[in-house]
Amino acid sequence: MASPHIRPTFGYRRSADQDAAAPVRHPVVLVGAGPAGLSVAIDLALQHVPVVLLDDDDTVSGGSRAVCYAKRTLEVWDRLGVGDAVVADGVGWRRGWVHHGDRLVYEFDLMTEAGHKMPAFTNLQQYLLEEALVARARQLAGLDLRWRNRLISMRAAADHVALRVDTPDGPYDLECQWLVATDGARSLVRRLFDLEFIGQTVRDRFLICDVETDAAFPNLRHFWFDPPFHRERVVLLHRQAANLWRIDFQLGWYADPAAEQQPERVAMRLRRILGERAEFRVEAAEVYTFQCRRLERFVHGRVVFAGDAAHQVSPFGARGANSGVQDADNLAWKLRLVLAGLAPAALLESYDRERVAAADENLCYAARAAEFISPRSPMTRALRDAALHLAGRFSFARDFINSGRLSEPAVYTESLLTTPDDPADRFAGGVIPGAACLDAPVERQGQVDWLLHQLGFDFVALVFAGEQAPPSDQVAQLAALPVPVRTVVVRTAAAAAVDAGGLADTEGLARDRYDGRPGTTYLVRPDQHVAARWRRFDPAAITVALARATGLQAAA
Amino acid sequence: MKLDTVPRLADPDGVFTALARAYRHLDDVQVRAFDARLILLLANHIGDEAVLREAMAIAGEGLVPRDLLGDLDAVP
Repeated sequence: MASPHIRPTFGYRRSADQDAAAPVRHPVVLVGAGPAGLSVAIDLALQHVPVVLLDDDDTVSGGSRAVCYAKRTLEVWDRLGVGDAVVADGVGWRRGWVHHGDRLVYEFDLMTEAGHKMPAFTNLQQYLLEEALVARARQLAGLDLRWRNRLISMRAAADHVALRVDTPDGPYDLECQWLVATDGARSLVRRLFDLEFIGQTVRDRFLICDVETDAAFPNLRHFWFDPPFHRERVVLLHRQAANLWRIDFQLGWYADPAAEQQPERVAMRLRRILGERAEFRVEAAEVYTFQCRRLERFVHGRVVFAGDAAHQVSPFGARGANSGVQDADNLAWKLRLVLAGLAPAALLESYDRERVAAADENLCYAARAAEFISPRSPMTRALRDAALHLAGRFSFARDFINSGRLSEPAVYTESLLTTPDDPADRFAGGVIPGAACLDAPVERQGQVDWLLHQLGFDFVALVFAGEQAPPSDQVAQLAALPVPVRTVVVRTAAAAAVDAGGLADTEGLARDRYDGRPGTTYLVRPDQHVAARWRRFDPAAITVALARATGLQAAA
Repeated sequence: MKLDTVPRLADPDGVFTALARAYRHLDDVQVRAFDARLILLLANHIGDEAVLREAMAIAGEGLVPRDLLGDLDAVP
């Protein structure tokens, strides 16, 4: 077995702010350098918004944390320039086994469609993910990472937030126009504001272990209901990078957390699953009770909450870190436009609306999975067991088996920023308004590339060209708007052979995925979600939809 | 109302007796397993969530608080 991973220490550095005569005011200060905070900070820095990121520690996270990242999250990180690193460090998987008792009930395959840059899921222990994100953050000018900077107190004013921060050199004051709280489930910002979560605790306890072992498990997600090695309970096993495995043992509500965390007891449970002779090293073992809850609002004046600081769900379904990164994706461009005076502060209301709706969807899925995994009455248990019993013979019963429905990207259909389809446009599928754009292989100036690489950071008019491309004066007019719209033209492979401008849809997958018959135009937000779409390239319609998508104009 | 509550069975006595006989040999734990399997099989056969929710509402009258049946995803 390899030696334990050594966590890097990033080290405290004194900031010029600590020697300033008066508190320095920054556009954005973030508290908490976890996956959500680092993602917001990188996104803002790439959009040329200076950002200060405070963290009370000077290393990556410890303990058993996030493992599993979905394609949409990987696409967000790819936009931020760190997707390839996460995929390269991580372990891809797409198959899973569901067991009941001592038999395999069924195998599922998240049959990944070809023609997407990013895989369906990648597993990577959170500390390695954070190392990749920190490495990316350190490449960016204008991203000021301040380790061992611990928030002590804060005061919200009309046009700024004043902060007091403690450091190894003692406390100092600073100010920001916007404060983003990404300081996790025990958020200090939330407690300083005295905000309550709404939701519930799942009345169950789980022993969550990260174990390094050479034991040969197939590289799949295993979920056992009532296995011989842990009767009456469930066990989840999932691979991470470098022979590290995540193993979750359900313990029931009345388990004693202190007793269950005893190393001998943990080792006893692990030997039952890994084998009496297996060699293993326990990296982390902790008993958790899962919360399914959120803040009532994610925006409080000039303080914005994201990630676990705003909402928490049980881990079955990989909806924790994934939703935190989608919060970041949703927030960064809105903050940039508001800071630049190009959008009203009300645009941040749409962050609240869109991400609260996404959190509620995650909470609903988490509550449903908890109903199945932790039945609350003998009859609920009987229903669960009936589904497992029937699933071996009948495929319909497999659909009832809920070991956590895996994270899907949020769709902002109901958002005030989204322009609904005109029924006359008769879209048959494609990417509906509010949904995240889908990837497809393309060629750009003869080079193999990806469609999603052409989108993001600014608004894009994605045009499926027919005989003629959009007129250049209209393209220029859109590019000259206060919030510019960049036009990206997709041509069929045949048309691209004649005129090499724009993107060549080499395999026809862009057309298929976007219902992109000639003339079809999508207005794509900086977070790659669709704001509006039409069957023709119409600058006037694009301008109206843009105003709506930037909070300048409410729905008619 | 989509749930069909007019008589539909050709031999209701036969169906009732078949159910009664199935239960006769089951203890409480087995009854639960039997009921649960039967419910899931029939639910899939019916294949219409609105019909199932109407049936649940009627079955739960006087037993289950109405607000819980109204929104089965409500977080208690």
